[in-house]
Amino acid sequence: MSGYLSFLARRLVGTVPVLLGISVIVFFLIHLVPGDPARTLLGVRATDEAVAALHARFGLDQPLWHQYLSFLGRLLHGNLGRSILYDTNVSELIATRLSATIWLLVAATVLALLISVPLAVLAASHRGRLADQIVRAVPLVGLGMPTFWVGIMLVLLLALKVHAFPVSGFGKTPAQHLSSVVLPGLTIALALSPILIRSLRTSMIGVLDSDYVVTARAKGLSHRRVILAHTLRNAAVSSITVLGVNIAYLVGSTLVVERVFALPGLGTMMLDAIFNRDFPVVQGVTLVFALMVVVINLLTDLAHAALDPRIELA
Amino acid sequence: MTAAPLAGLPGVAGRTATTRRSLRLNPTLVAGLVLLALIVLVGVAAPLITRWDPVQQDLTSSLLPPGGGHLLGTDLLGRDVFARLIYSARVDLRVGALAVLLPFVIGTTLGLLAGWFGGWFDAVLMRLVDMVVAFPSFVLIIALVFALGQGTTSIYVAITLVGWVAYARIVRGEVLVAKEQEYALAARASGLPTWRILLRHLLPNVLLQAFVFAMSDVVLSILAIVTLGYLGLGVPPPTPDWGSMIAEGQGFVFTKWYLTAAPGFAVVLVGLALALVADGTVQRSGRR
Repeated sequence: MSGYLSFLARRLVGTVPVLLGISVIVFFLIHLVPGDPARTLLGVRATDEAVAALHARFGLDQPLWHQYLSFLGRLLHGNLGRSILYDTNVSELIATRLSATIWLLVAATVLALLISVPLAVLAASHRGRLADQIVRAVPLVGLGMPTFWVGIMLVLLLALKVHAFPVSGFGKTPAQHLSSVVLPGLTIALALSPILIRSLRTSMIGVLDSDYVVTARAKGLSHRRVILAHTLRNAAVSSITVLGVNIAYLVGSTLVVERVFALPGLGTMMLDAIFNRDFPVVQGVTLVFALMVVVINLLTDLAHAALDPRIELA
Repeated sequence: MTAAPLAGLPGVAGRTATTRRSLRLNPTLVAGLVLLALIVLVGVAAPLITRWDPVQQDLTSSLLPPGGGHLLGTDLLGRDVFARLIYSARVDLRVGALAVLLPFVIGTTLGLLAGWFGGWFDAVLMRLVDMVVAFPSFVLIIALVFALGQGTTSIYVAITLVGWVAYARIVRGEVLVAKEQEYALAARASGLPTWRILLRHLLPNVLLQAFVFAMSDVVLSILAIVTLGYLGLGVPPPTPDWGSMIAEGQGFVFTKWYLTAAPGFAVVLVGLALALVADGTVQRSGRR
């Protein structure tokens, strides 16, 4: 157990440089704006006072290192700046939108696993046969599907027939939240599954070829029992690894899917902020998206280490 | 110095085997190349295929159903949907392919140098890679396009800033393995200048993985461009693009489903072609 705790500690320390890097990139976003950022952001109709006010707000009149250090200092206090449009703290705005995105992420992950694990197991255990050929052909078509388009097609194909799931909004009760994230979650799951199936199939083949599975078969256990009792734990480990690798993709796809289904999450918030040229909000949401990736990565690593005793903790 | 004196070494023997394999007919690669060529041809020959102008508006013939001279009907502004569909191939394929070129060159170069020289350059570069991959790439691309201002140049810059890391990682990993192999050691022992070892001996051997990734990366960058177009941040209107076509059709999805379905299928078709080429290339090289 102490091995696990020190693994946790080292893993946490290891994220510090990444977190600093994220803050640097988010900080420099505003310096990529061509010309005078304040004037570009406010548009041609901006008054000189408004430009000066924005300069002061972003500290654009300060030296660069000073700007970054005060930016970092504010971040460490959880201060992401103030929204230009709403004149409230960006962190408060983000807090109101976070739950829809997290609901969506959880729904997408669960649905993606429900789709890909059985298909990957099916393909791996029927290697080279028809079922495998079909499952292997899916990623070829699926990888090129734009996620948002899958969402629109789902609405087109399902929403008219299945009225149980709303095609937009988030509702007010947890039950409504749940039914609201089914279609968007399914959209992300369908876009993610081709990648998951591909990697899971490969690692399941590795599991099925391993000595202990051969032994289990030699003992005369049924195919069904070998799959259920001997390979599913390893399938879980592989699923977590594969999910971990694709976490950034998963988080990024919420952005556009929220737009398709008008879910009031971080993605719609970022897009609205882009069209309102609300720079602090864009910066804040970009940062939170990256933080989500780092945190989920950390969680998958920890789950991985807990599930697989072979992982070297020391 | 030619390859001949090294012919007996194991690293070189592998090469003849690869050459022999590549002569075999590879249906996956052929299918992918043919499909890709057809799509490119349709894009290039668009003016010969349709007589309609993809940006010519005609508000009196708004939202016409398919038929009557318009193969897929017209959109809200009375523009021929089929013409817009095939002209979009020009924009999306060109931007998609070009947007991969710079990351490929920059990432491969940096990865090659980092893998070979190691040391502080490698350490700094890999930390930089860690920073960029911490972001969901699409979120970062959107934020960059926003910061740089809408337009094709911004799309290239944004995708390059985000995309080079994958190539740097892949090539660096390949170089770390390749530089310990006999052909690389032999080249080093024979006192060749470093640039020559890197360009003539290492690069040809590490390029395959980067190239295979580039095939799927073109799909990713086309998806990024189409998504930007869907969100209204892509190639500026009225230039036809599959993403903005899907966005324009979304409002009529229950009455005129083909307005959104058709451009989506076009993207899927491009993705399929490139996936087949990538798979075929891997099969051909015999590395799976």
